[in-house]
Amino acid sequence: MSDALLSARGLGLTFGPITALDEVHADLWPGEVLAVVGESGSGKTTLLNVLSGRMAPDAGTVWYRDPARHLHDLHAMPAPQLRALHRSDWGFVHQNPRDSLRMRVSAGGNVGERLMAQGIRHYGDIRAAAQDWLAQVEIDPARIDDLPHTFSGGMLQRLQIARTLVTHPRLVFMDEPTGGLDVSVQARLLDLIRTLVTRLGIAVVLVTHDIAVARLLAGRLLVMQGGRVIESGLTDQVLDDPQHPYTQLLVSSVLSA
Amino acid sequence: MSGYNFAYLDEQTKRMIRRAILKAVAIPGHQIPFGSREMPLPYGWGTGGIQVTASILGPPDVLKVIDQGADDTTNAVSIRRFFARTAGVATTTRTVDATIIQTRHRIPETPLHEGQILVYQVPLPEPMARLEPSRAETTRMHGLQEYGLMHVKLYEDIARYGRVANSYDFPVMVNGRYLMSPSPIPAFDNPKLHMSPALQLFGAGREKRIYAVPPYTAVRSLDFDDHPFRAGRAPGICALCGADDSYLDEVVTDDQGTRMFVCSDTDYCNERAAAAAIQGNAA
Repeated sequence: MSDALLSARGLGLTFGPITALDEVHADLWPGEVLAVVGESGSGKTTLLNVLSGRMAPDAGTVWYRDPARHLHDLHAMPAPQLRALHRSDWGFVHQNPRDSLRMRVSAGGNVGERLMAQGIRHYGDIRAAAQDWLAQVEIDPARIDDLPHTFSGGMLQRLQIARTLVTHPRLVFMDEPTGGLDVSVQARLLDLIRTLVTRLGIAVVLVTHDIAVARLLAGRLLVMQGGRVIESGLTDQVLDDPQHPYTQLLVSSVLSA
Repeated sequence: MSGYNFAYLDEQTKRMIRRAILKAVAIPGHQIPFGSREMPLPYGWGTGGIQVTASILGPPDVLKVIDQGADDTTNAVSIRRFFARTAGVATTTRTVDATIIQTRHRIPETPLHEGQILVYQVPLPEPMARLEPSRAETTRMHGLQEYGLMHVKLYEDIARYGRVANSYDFPVMVNGRYLMSPSPIPAFDNPKLHMSPALQLFGAGREKRIYAVPPYTAVRSLDFDDHPFRAGRAPGICALCGADDSYLDEVVTDDQGTRMFVCSDTDYCNERAAAAAIQGNAA
């Protein structure tokens, strides 16, 4: 784990009688995509929230290595530092783009918000960056001044991605980024995410219930059931030769096209 | 007036408000909560400003009250008379003679001097209230100095209108640390906040907050490097005194559409007109 960007050791969390996380270990290396798969209620999203510092675990530690290679205990970090991290070095892509976008602010303002939060005070530069990022996520830059509610679902999700990546984060958390989109839009979005992530060398923790999404994007895979990681390894290895009965069930339940 | 304490409020309340004021002066631009009292006038008519004035008023003080720059509007007249009756202090309409000036929506044109106190009536103390509805969240943003959101608002204005659309209540950074609402003064008055020799106190009665800008404190209006702050003013000169540097009100004078510009600061206008008359007589 010497070079890992993020390392989780022995995470445990219960909500009353419900065990959400039980002895979870995970490592994320720079530039890799780690998918967390499992059925609803298996603890995927809880794990994402704990890994990103948005929720504190009952047991265990999450270590984060900053660009200066210092290790930080994420949940012992002071709030200002953690918030600064979320604004700059990290990003979060929600399943529902309306959760993170400001719907009353134009597309350009949405993309520029993180730049302004970092103290950039040149209108022309912010606008140029916003236009550049809209083009990168395949939104017509002429729509820079349009409000998000005039955008389609797929465009909203791409706008959210532009807004997140504008500060060149090293680590992005994604919670079901393709959920709620129709199949053709999903395919385009997955293609876009894969291209951007590869080109920019971003590390991603991706939570999904869709095995196909995991196969397409992820290098490594964690399979969760009842708050435990029951199987982990390279994506192709886990999906082509699943060892655990639950994983076998999960893989065989995918409808083949 | 018998039956009331000096300046209406009881001494314990004044002490509480003075403690809040001292705190506010110690942390320029930071909003201090205080136990706002019921006042004998409705919220929105200047209850915050009146409580601050009542707490700092002493028998030797000379009080001036302005509303939109004018000494002779209902709100100004009523508040001035309120303190004349409950505290028996001297009142004036001359800016230079006043030790305490309570104001709504203006800073006097005549430069203030050391020893004067300007008390603002504030409807909405939180500059980010319209952008972030949660008070807990804005408090956290102030604590962590996260003011990017305010710039998102300015960005939106420039993208839509080509300039920042706020012509009043233009947000400012105080002492390089706290984002502050200057109360609904015109953006034209914002430069007067900067390095003012007078103490500036802000009272919000309904929202129960007091904040302050101590004398000689840096106050910067928010802007972008390539869209610098500009203080707007109606293009015209005052029809009464001929001033071309003061903030103007547009007054409709008949039902034929005739209109004229006059100084919003009545004292400034009268002083100029009087000085011109004296010069005219001498010549």
